Amino acid sequence: MNSRHLFAGLVAGLLVVPLVPALIYPIFVMKVMAYGLFACAFNLLLGFTGLVSFAHAAFLGTAGYVTGALMIRLGAHPLGVPAAFAAGVAAAALVGFAIGGLAIRRRGIYFAMITLALSQIVYFLAVQFRWTGGEDGLQGIPRGTLFGLVDLSNDTAMYYVALALFVAGFLFIHRVVHSPFGQILQAVRDNEPRAVSLGYDAARFQLLAFVLSAAVAGYAGTLKALVFGLVSLNDVSLHTSTEVVLMTLLGGVGTLFGPLVGAALVVGLQNYLATIGDLVTVVIGLIFILCVSFFRRGVVGEWLHWRHRRAARTAPQSPQSSPVAEAA
Amino acid sequence: MSDISLQAFMAQLTIGLIGGCFYAMLSMGLAIIFGLLNIINFTHGAQFMMAAFLAWIGLTQVGPWLGQPDLQVNFWLALVLAPALVAVFGMAIERTLLRRLYHLDHLYGLLLTFGVALVMEGGFRYFFGVSGQGYEPPEILQGPVDVGFMLLPKYRVFVVAASLLICLATWYLFERTKLGAYLRAGTENPRLLQAFGINVPVMITLTYGFGVALAGIAGVLAAPIMQITPLMGGSLLNIVFAVVVIGGLGSILGAMVTGLGLGLIEGLTKVVYPEASTVVVFVIMALALLLRPAGLFGREA
Repeated sequence: MNSRHLFAGLVAGLLVVPLVPALIYPIFVMKVMAYGLFACAFNLLLGFTGLVSFAHAAFLGTAGYVTGALMIRLGAHPLGVPAAFAAGVAAAALVGFAIGGLAIRRRGIYFAMITLALSQIVYFLAVQFRWTGGEDGLQGIPRGTLFGLVDLSNDTAMYYVALALFVAGFLFIHRVVHSPFGQILQAVRDNEPRAVSLGYDAARFQLLAFVLSAAVAGYAGTLKALVFGLVSLNDVSLHTSTEVVLMTLLGGVGTLFGPLVGAALVVGLQNYLATIGDLVTVVIGLIFILCVSFFRRGVVGEWLHWRHRRAARTAPQSPQSSPVAEAA
Repeated sequence: MSDISLQAFMAQLTIGLIGGCFYAMLSMGLAIIFGLLNIINFTHGAQFMMAAFLAWIGLTQVGPWLGQPDLQVNFWLALVLAPALVAVFGMAIERTLLRRLYHLDHLYGLLLTFGVALVMEGGFRYFFGVSGQGYEPPEILQGPVDVGFMLLPKYRVFVVAASLLICLATWYLFERTKLGAYLRAGTENPRLLQAFGINVPVMITLTYGFGVALAGIAGVLAAPIMQITPLMGGSLLNIVFAVVVIGGLGSILGAMVTGLGLGLIEGLTKVVYPEASTVVVFVIMALALLLRPAGLFGREA
């Protein structure tokens, strides 16, 4: 069973979800798809460049705010949805370029700290601006009508549009990772001096990866804003940036499906843990500690590793490379 | 400038200086830990918070818990005990969890300390809620003192003096003593130092404890000034990260000077444009990255 079959199976499963609402709630699946894309975007950066960003909520939230604000103003227009969508993604890419461009000027250990600090500016602006609704956020964002034909306020219509967007986003990431560009990113990650000696401008490739990752995170943010009709300060907060790190880590850094599995687990966990209030943070922290200490490959990574080892027992093969890389 | 506005100006500057003292102490701790362990201690803010809470628990909660309402751990005792407890807690984490990650990418140490911070903050929030607790400074430090040009609360003057003293003592310890020479040697080449017969793993644990204790002292000193809440450290740490990015982690003196300077700038911003005072440090960081990518005092990590 290769990943192509797995993905086809996944899409087939997702296609029938609205037919069995008693079994699984379509809104929940849309939430998982939005966060799954968000985690895939984060994984594009962490898994393939080795850079940690604590600013990804800023991209998710910026796109959500821009899309939401535009939909409130021109939601009735037949081209309102695509326009708001494109504007949201572009805004996220722009913020990504600003944050990434600054953070990339310092390498290594400083990178994470810079993204964390810069995302505080975005949070501050979201509180201060009027068009973001300040403390209230944006509420009651209309879903609009796609090209004047498909009324998205219908949950089933919204679901299939969300599914199409999800598949497109996922395939885009897959394409990027397996392109020559993706190969260069991995070369830089595994041995930067060697990649530089081959003539690749490491920082430029990493910045491009950062902007792409920010754009896809924004793509997830616009989807989330449309589905829920709601954008709040929580979307640009450090808390959300933390969650996406957790989803990726839990599912498996550098794996194709890991972030999706991680997103499904964390979103599901939140639904179950909603009743225990403040202890959610404790549980999330404990999962962090467990993952980092004993479970660094994540769910999907461990599974791939187990399969790899089983295959190796029948036909001995070469060992794998760095801990982040091995499941790619 | 009229007399009253000068008064207000100086008051804001003093508040800025006090903020700068906390930035200095916290970024020094980060620099010390980074020097030897090569990780960014994301738990630093939670450890600061924990010490402040321990001081508050000692003053107001321990007595009732033990059924003896008169029993109090006073401020001076807390100033020693709370950082020591936080340091022991930190060293236990270093020994059991952090140590296992040294051979891996520094990313994992960062994520582990981040997870520990989440557990600590969530735990304190569960037991003590999010509303701020107050802490009375000791009697001898209550009331104002005349510093020549204006009246200042005694406690604030004490905080500035105490933190400057701690910073200078730390600098002296690291730059001018034999122990400091070992520590700097460990930063440069731990294997060689081990070959000379120094027990490097123990030294690493103690260094981590020392860095954490600095955060703990800052936490106890902050208890009478700031609202004691589970999130007090996290938000402060965000700013300290920016301070560290500006000043670089390579130099203890650099961390101290940058911390104090940025505190003062923040105080000045409160006078000129109060809304921006919460982000001015981040904006300066962005500017510093544009103009001096390698940091003011720093070397590349």
